[in-house]
Amino acid sequence: MLTKRIIPCLDVDKGRVVKGVNFVRLKDAGDPVELARFYYQQGADELVFLDITASCGNRKTMIEIVKKVATELFIPFTVGGGIRSVGDMRDILLTGADKVAINTAAINNPQLVEDGAKVFGSQCIVVAIDAKKIKNKWEVYINGGRTSTGIDVFDWVEQVAKLGAGEILLTSMDRDGTREGFDIELTKQVSESVSIPIIASGGAGNISDFKEVFQNGKADAALAASLFHFGELTINELKKYLVDNNIEVRK
Amino acid sequence: MIVIIDYGLGNLGSVKNALDKIGTLSIVSKSISEVEKADGLILPGVGAAKEGMRNLKSRQLDKVIMKEVAKGKPILGICLGMQLLMDRSEEGDVDCLKVIKGTVNKFNISLKVPQIGWNTVQWRKNQLFEDIPQGSCFYFVHSYYCSPKKKVIVGETNYGITFCSMFQNKNIFGVQFHPEKSGINGLQLLKNFTKIVYENNTSD
Repeated sequence: MLTKRIIPCLDVDKGRVVKGVNFVRLKDAGDPVELARFYYQQGADELVFLDITASCGNRKTMIEIVKKVATELFIPFTVGGGIRSVGDMRDILLTGADKVAINTAAINNPQLVEDGAKVFGSQCIVVAIDAKKIKNKWEVYINGGRTSTGIDVFDWVEQVAKLGAGEILLTSMDRDGTREGFDIELTKQVSESVSIPIIASGGAGNISDFKEVFQNGKADAALAASLFHFGELTINELKKYLVDNNIEVRK
Repeated sequence: MIVIIDYGLGNLGSVKNALDKIGTLSIVSKSISEVEKADGLILPGVGAAKEGMRNLKSRQLDKVIMKEVAKGKPILGICLGMQLLMDRSEEGDVDCLKVIKGTVNKFNISLKVPQIGWNTVQWRKNQLFEDIPQGSCFYFVHSYYCSPKKKVIVGETNYGITFCSMFQNKNIFGVQFHPEKSGINGLQLLKNFTKIVYENNTSD
């Protein structure tokens, strides 16, 4: 049976892993390659690296990180942040990443999803969506959560699935870094609306949140950052707990 | 020397990185003479069958692979590379290398397609799975699967249906999952393939 995936997320700025609350108030959490190695040894199923400022200098640092990770760790990993063209995708993929995540660039140019999927295959293209609840509607935000697009999350999900996205990394901005738990309602509705896998993100605060998001949120994978970075929960512990709760994970 | 066949698709670097890690000498190459000289071959693959076959043919790699495999040279097809060893693929409705009898079919199931993630493989005793615990998970990313004759199926996986996740016919091996992305068990499988290459190689 296909197992549920546990994915630590490393937000990278100037070569360091950082983590904030609701996308701001950044706090240092360590060296990306060291953390990646640590999670690999603990049994992480995948890794995600997000270049959160995506400046020119950061891009070079990111390529160096990708190179090291690709030669040392043998699980799939995704790189996102500042990827704006098929050329940018190629740079990251040829350096050794398995997938690229695109967010703002996909909104600005949806064709990029289709072009990327055609050139590299859908399995390489992760569309990251930052969702925020405005009145009774979930809206897509871009530019690291700074800009509202007015686009409905469900319309966007449907469109990117049609364009050839392989997976959706769905972040609840309302929950990000708050540790109040994943947004179950949002995750469930998105997961049931498309036939591609959903990675739930934003809000993991304790071990039972993962059970909730898999059982009730219908997520295929769950992503978390600070909970793992600051040592409050190890991947081993989490997987043992999920097995005890009849959720299949890779041992 | 193991040659990782470069036919212009997919992430060849990750197979090379994994072989480097376990100390297996390898090169990524599209040269016919390198394929002829190799002790063993790996046909990797991420991408579409039609484009894969077109690229193999335009580089005349299809014929040399068939020739070397017929001589007994060990080959490991990974993911699309496994599928290309079959007779024919439904993906793009294309003729493949025809070294394993049967077709490649698309998942017709109620689950999400592609299958992405870690799934278990149940296998019959096989050199490729030596020192790997039964029921271990491997990383899969695919929408199509191989339907070969039952006697060559050595590993099976369940995803809506039970499908062939590994076949072997003498020197010809195929795995639907990505050993190069399957952590320590994947690395062990590549070590086992290396052993097979240097123990069983009958070609010169």
